Amino acid sequence: MERPSATGLAVGLAPVGASVPRVDGFAKVTGRALYLDDLDAPGAWHGATVRSTIAHGVLEAIDLDPAFDWSQVVVATAADITGNNFANFIRLIEDDQVALVPIGGRVMHVDEAIALVSAPTRQLAFIAAKHVKPRIKALPAVFDIESALAANQKLFGADNIFKQFLIRKGHVSDAELEAVFAGAARVIEGTYQTSPQEQMYIETQAMMARWDGEVCRIVGSMQCPYYVHKAMKAFLDCDADEVVISQSVTGGGFGGKEEYPSMLAAHVAVLAKKTGRAVKMVYDRDEDIAATTKRHPCRTHHRLAVDASGEILAIDADVVMDGGAYLTLSPVVLSRGVLHAAGPYRSPVVRIRGRVVATNHPPHGAFRGFGAPQTTFAYERQIQKLALALGEDALAIRKRLAVRAGDTTATGQLLGISVGTDEVIGAIEQVAGKPPVRDGHGPSGAPVRRGRGVVFYFHGAGFTGAGEQRLAGRAAVAVTADGGFEVRSSSTDIGQGAITMFSQIAAGALGVDPAAIVVVDPSTAQVPDSGPTVASRTCMVVGGVVEKAALAVRAKLEAWAAAHDVRGSIGEVARAYAVKHGELVEIVAYEPPPGIAWDDSTYTGAAYPVFGWAACLVDVEVDLDTYEVAITRCVQAIDVGKAINPSIVKGQIEGGTLQALGWAVLENVVYKDGKVANANMTNCIVPTFADAPDLETILIEVPYPYGPSGAKGVGEIPMDGPAAAVANAVEDALGCAFDELPISPEVVAASKPRWRKS
Amino acid sequence: MTTYLRPRDLDEGLHARAEHADWTVLAGGTDLLVNANHRAAPVGMIDLWRLADLCFVRVEKTSVAIGAGTTWTEVERHPAIRAKLAPLALAAREIGALQIQARGTLGGNVGTSSPVGDSLPALLALDAELEVASVRGHRRVPYREWCTGYRTTHLAADELIIAAHVPVPDATTRTSWRKVGTRRAQSISKVMGAAAITLDGDVVVSARVALGAIANRPIRITAVEDAVRGQRLGVAGDAARAALRGAIQPIDDVRSTATYRREVAENLVARFFSVS
Repeated sequence: MERPSATGLAVGLAPVGASVPRVDGFAKVTGRALYLDDLDAPGAWHGATVRSTIAHGVLEAIDLDPAFDWSQVVVATAADITGNNFANFIRLIEDDQVALVPIGGRVMHVDEAIALVSAPTRQLAFIAAKHVKPRIKALPAVFDIESALAANQKLFGADNIFKQFLIRKGHVSDAELEAVFAGAARVIEGTYQTSPQEQMYIETQAMMARWDGEVCRIVGSMQCPYYVHKAMKAFLDCDADEVVISQSVTGGGFGGKEEYPSMLAAHVAVLAKKTGRAVKMVYDRDEDIAATTKRHPCRTHHRLAVDASGEILAIDADVVMDGGAYLTLSPVVLSRGVLHAAGPYRSPVVRIRGRVVATNHPPHGAFRGFGAPQTTFAYERQIQKLALALGEDALAIRKRLAVRAGDTTATGQLLGISVGTDEVIGAIEQVAGKPPVRDGHGPSGAPVRRGRGVVFYFHGAGFTGAGEQRLAGRAAVAVTADGGFEVRSSSTDIGQGAITMFSQIAAGALGVDPAAIVVVDPSTAQVPDSGPTVASRTCMVVGGVVEKAALAVRAKLEAWAAAHDVRGSIGEVARAYAVKHGELVEIVAYEPPPGIAWDDSTYTGAAYPVFGWAACLVDVEVDLDTYEVAITRCVQAIDVGKAINPSIVKGQIEGGTLQALGWAVLENVVYKDGKVANANMTNCIVPTFADAPDLETILIEVPYPYGPSGAKGVGEIPMDGPAAAVANAVEDALGCAFDELPISPEVVAASKPRWRKS
Repeated sequence: MTTYLRPRDLDEGLHARAEHADWTVLAGGTDLLVNANHRAAPVGMIDLWRLADLCFVRVEKTSVAIGAGTTWTEVERHPAIRAKLAPLALAAREIGALQIQARGTLGGNVGTSSPVGDSLPALLALDAELEVASVRGHRRVPYREWCTGYRTTHLAADELIIAAHVPVPDATTRTSWRKVGTRRAQSISKVMGAAAITLDGDVVVSARVALGAIANRPIRITAVEDAVRGQRLGVAGDAARAALRGAIQPIDDVRSTATYRREVAENLVARFFSVS
């Protein structure tokens, strides 16, 4: 007879594919989970940061207010970094970002860190920080893409370009490309702008450090312990085992805790060294919004050449992103942006150019979607304009032009497996129903106009190109000395459900209940480097490695049981094994699927091991009194390969969708002279439940044979498409194009002269 | 260090207020505490939260008296306010989040007198009167004269706000309210409008029209009120829109633009005077 287990699963049912309750859920909803700010370290001091108020300049001096009592606080500057023989930079792709601006050094953005203050209380640290006065000689600053490209003021190299890409398919020269456009029956052309976006994770950036002899121990809110480890090894100029990085329970990241935590880690390490105590640093919300990374603002010029029968002849996209003051992750964000810029559409000829430029904005960085939402907005507006020009149904044209197995992408990648085009478009067709009636009255009694938009899009899962191969992320499954099962991975649970997903995959492979699996807290002292928790790779890539490791453990246990005539369940065998031999650990490294080839020099080949596929339908209602766009319906059909935990996957999709809808109509980061002018939750708004329709999510499972049980990435894809669907719907309602985000009430009001006359 | 006083009754509160003109009055804290990190700590604080003398709703013959300590949750849920003073109940529902509504008070909103205070246009349109008191005695001030500038009022340094006395509109008066915020809930207003329109059939006999978030204080728009008098609904809407055009000078800020505020204010006001 079946009996319910601790996870609510009937014993004997497969853990994979079941909506097992979140392992961390109970502790989080009952307030028992300990976030960094909850962690108590005896005698810990608190840190605060002194920041620049100037966007570009030279730091001439740092003055301490003589009226303030400095006896109770410790102040650290760049001199303390070099004085300790630390290296004053944050290692990432380049080592161009300083931890603290040195005297005589260049201040590159508002809210750049200049000095640090530590005090016995957080309040005193924040007060003291206000009495540290940097003296900065201002230089002309650069705040927009055009001025950056003009390069009158040089911020990076000779041309202010951090990185550029050129992708060519089906042609070798610009002249050849232009000939295709010249011969086209129709050319659709437009420029699309997307705005910066704040991640607004619920827990602000937080980190604590203490020195244990020569070993620096750092714990904090983060996505990628080994990124922090790599940065801190370089910063402290020490060996791998002289710095230990541990993740505390993390309240959201969305990319915002991919690179920035390295900066906090450097800061708390310096303060801990100087005070000789543990030092904790927890950002204020306003400080977090003002100083940390945002989604890259982006401008995309996009051209489509079409023949007389409506087939695409050529796609040409020119993508320019504002990288902010330091290079940080901009080259890889741009890379993903350009690799998605042609969209999932057949075209024999493709040219994609991409540039990311330096400005005096705070560095832009990782945010769910990582460049793809920006270019998806552009290509899905273009396809919509083509549909309108041809008088073709919005779903029908996408179905007609979409890639399928056997087609090639912009980089010449031959699509073979797990291409869910027809399934996702078909799912939307099935539930779409009649479009909303154009004219009517809204809940307030005001007249409204309604419209519908659809999009079709894709998202490459895992690292770009040879990234996964180079990284060869590792994870381990172990039988512990007391006979339990452990998953050891540096992939972090940041609220997305990684711990639960890992326990289900390992349980499925071992043949045990998920409750029998312990996923250990990620610390560089006890888990191998599985790679960062980014790029929709945790389930597909690391989950696959965990599955292999678990299968290897199971095979060893079964072989041992057979050889020693031990009978019983796999759990019983594990306990017997542990009693006899102690721990059993299987560490597995990622191996790419066969036949994956990528050429980084020409940007051709398999850009991603596999893609997720999605279609989205949005209905809107525009209030003609207030010009507000209400999203009345949003359906996402997303091919995830296999939903390991359908409830968690739906949660991921709903969350990503709402972030995208917010980005479409109301979110924005407003810069004024390089400073975030709306650095608080009052004015840097994100959607509430009242702003969200009931989100309809359709899970499509076209299995990916190299992912665990067929799973592929899902974390980012829901963010990519909905903004363009909203723009297409508002265009349908009002009869004019919306090519910039956000489509705020102010923008809709200003568009009134362009509205369809009716 | 801030001296903290929680008076046991109004009398103690008034005496403290008289003695300490530089102390801050806390009526709920939903505005004061948000900005606590950005302001110098006050010398002293008189905490009126839940002071029994200020927590009441009294339904009188022709008006409703609402104590200054009444929370927005209480305003929103009170059957008489919902039935007779709809704009005020509707405004209460749209103030902040549920937690803010449970903590924020009418007295706090009126005392802070922010140009985006959500209840203020409703108080203007309903022609409320404020009761204030000091050790010198009680006095009443028509709410339309209360605001003197950006977050400044006629409250004297030794006075506390006691109540709002809100006349109940008669059966021939229809009332309206609309808030346009940065999003659908928990938002700061970009434009707010409230109106009380007395009708004879479909002809406007008189009207009070108030707007918030379009000037340095909530304002009555007398130009509109004059323009609609004697007009039929519908036509009155056009007249209201035309009259409003020259009457307001909204500004650009981080939340919206002057152009948007002007246009939406016109639409809201015209809607108040539309047929049905």
